Amino acid sequence: MNDLRNVSSSPHVRAQESSADLMRWVLIALLPASLFGIWHFGPKALFLIVLTVLVCVAAEFLYEKGMHKPVTVADGSAAVTGLLLALNLPVSAPWWLAVLGGVFAIVVVKQLFGGLGQNFMNPALAARCFLLISFAARMTDFTYDAVSGATPLAAMRAGESVDLVSMFVGTTAGTIGETSVIAILLGALLLLWKKVISIRIPGIYLLTFVIFMALFGGHGLDPSYLAAQVCGGGLMLGAWFMATDYVTSPITPAGQIVYGVCLGLLTGVFRCFGASAEGVSYAIILSNLLVPLIERITIPAAFGIARMKRGKKA
Amino acid sequence: MALLTFKGGVHPYDGKELSKDRPITLCPPKGDLVYPLSQHIGAPALPVVKKGDRVLAGQKIAEAGGFVSAPVYASVSGTVKSIESHMTPSGNKVESIVVEDDGLYEEAPSFPVKPLSEMDRDEVLQLIREAGVVGLGGAGFPTHVKLSPKEPDKIDTILVNCAECEPYLTSDYRLMMERPEKIIGGLKVILNIFDRAAGYICIEDNKPEAVEIIRKACKNESRIQVKVLKTKYPQGAERMLIYAVTGRKLNSSMLPADVGCIVDNCDTVCSIYDAVVLGRPLLSRVVTVSGDGVVSPGNFECKIGTNVNVVLEAAGGLKEGAEKVIAGGPMMGVAMYDLDVPTVKTTSAITCFMHDDVKSSPVTACINCGRCVKACSEGLVPARLSQFAEKGDLESFEKWHGMECVECGCCSYVCPAKRPLAQMIRNTRRIAMAERKKRGGK
Repeated sequence: MNDLRNVSSSPHVRAQESSADLMRWVLIALLPASLFGIWHFGPKALFLIVLTVLVCVAAEFLYEKGMHKPVTVADGSAAVTGLLLALNLPVSAPWWLAVLGGVFAIVVVKQLFGGLGQNFMNPALAARCFLLISFAARMTDFTYDAVSGATPLAAMRAGESVDLVSMFVGTTAGTIGETSVIAILLGALLLLWKKVISIRIPGIYLLTFVIFMALFGGHGLDPSYLAAQVCGGGLMLGAWFMATDYVTSPITPAGQIVYGVCLGLLTGVFRCFGASAEGVSYAIILSNLLVPLIERITIPAAFGIARMKRGKKA
Repeated sequence: MALLTFKGGVHPYDGKELSKDRPITLCPPKGDLVYPLSQHIGAPALPVVKKGDRVLAGQKIAEAGGFVSAPVYASVSGTVKSIESHMTPSGNKVESIVVEDDGLYEEAPSFPVKPLSEMDRDEVLQLIREAGVVGLGGAGFPTHVKLSPKEPDKIDTILVNCAECEPYLTSDYRLMMERPEKIIGGLKVILNIFDRAAGYICIEDNKPEAVEIIRKACKNESRIQVKVLKTKYPQGAERMLIYAVTGRKLNSSMLPADVGCIVDNCDTVCSIYDAVVLGRPLLSRVVTVSGDGVVSPGNFECKIGTNVNVVLEAAGGLKEGAEKVIAGGPMMGVAMYDLDVPTVKTTSAITCFMHDDVKSSPVTACINCGRCVKACSEGLVPARLSQFAEKGDLESFEKWHGMECVECGCCSYVCPAKRPLAQMIRNTRRIAMAERKKRGGK
């Protein structure tokens, strides 16, 4: 019995769940929205989804190989980025736009800052914003089935009426994955049930946004207007799948509330007063930038510390 | 009634079914017995025997080296072979007295004792001190010091920690099942010191049989109650236990006595009973030997000083290919690389695993998921603290309350990136404490 045994610092047991498991749940949760997008927008949507995911995974693989870093594509985070980016593209987007966006997301936004966990902006959204600014016309061309589609939000801005039911189901114009509220909610429920995400950020985000729109949207408490604003555009996809991105949201519980409020306010400001009817992507990446500041002012009080302070005052 | 509990914590596989129904059996010592002079927090004990002396079982072989210290007793009769540096289960080399067992178990006379009602506070404390009783839950803090708070009249709550939240451990459970009278008797000794206090025996709700037995045993005790706690790790951590039962919170700069509480572990309370009622010093303790790496898990009454290999043999021995052997449980125990160590006062268990989770879980990048924040019973942000630890940023570490960590290990346990968060935080706490000492303040 002289052989040396394994030693390590306690604890000596680990929970089963790994980072790759979490990414897998996110991919599964995005399935309903993806499948609906493919059904609604046709085979081109499938092509874009597969292409963007492959580009992101390949970009991560090649970058890490080239830089002699350990290859981490197996953790699934590049695939999640790829899928999210694809869901944020209009079906009319040319293939090279998807490739460009995927490479930008992985190489520029994620890897150049140190890879998984180090990026301060959501890679998929940063890439989307990059494409939106660089190729505005192509990124806002929501033509599908040979009909030029106006998104419900654009239609509302133009003073037209929108059909809430089709917005909820998703048979409207928009990016591949953002149109179907029901498909997104299905995935969100899965993530909530599996405790992959908590309701804190999306809940506060949506609540703040609704309050903001009731105050400044110009339609008061009109329920159909508020419902259309909540269901329209990228809000649902953004709130449940991108605002909840672990890496780019605050880790402190109070910070998550502040972050949710920031998101709601910024989205409201952009939608009410901005040049575009949309605003979720910009709201999220701007709030991403605020995260370090938010965390600094929301350091949680440790167990027994707050009480002592109060005791001292008394 | 809602179960008593706290915020945070985790639910690791508890493995208690392996050994919970195995009654406590004696583990006969074999070979030399080794008594480290430092089996407690505080000054090491000072030897009062020399090489070649004959000692009896129950004879004092080292006396307390100060107020915060505890004496050490021979647990067998035999001859002092040497006084030398020896490895302990915590991985340090400690000056130890080695006794060659003569197999006769000749006993030294026990302490003279009087009925409890005829002893005053100081006499009782003196007996506990003389008996070498220390916190047997793992910390090893001398019990007489704990029972001598600055303002004894402010103590209103005595908690007997029978939570046993550490996975695999069943020694406290067996004590409750087999020796409830000792637990009640020991608690009555403490209550006798603090006449204003109420006594609570705190048990997690995964041990209903024990709750039943203890309830029955203290039916006629007006000052003693059973408190049932929600099963969750680390329910048995002192701060969590006090909070769950009394709602009072304490931080790292406070002692339980500051909020009117004294917490003693189950086995400690039994030793108090032995010392004060039976006049017997601390000679043995109950050790759970468990895990899938041992042939027949069980609970063993081991004489202090018995070689760990002998204790493992009593449980059928290690299985071929066991990867890890831990002194204590899997959450807070210390992995041993050398099994030629004695059972000491704080050895509550020996846990043996065929498979080492830590070795087989590669560490990946932190994804900031916040699971560690949710699991932390102290309300800390382990992900950030470990980043500060890596950078050596002590200022931020303290600002984010890193010093409040109780090293329970929940953060490392839940981390999906398998990062050794608790380890990084623990190391940095040590460094920060050393820095504070250097600066001279507290």
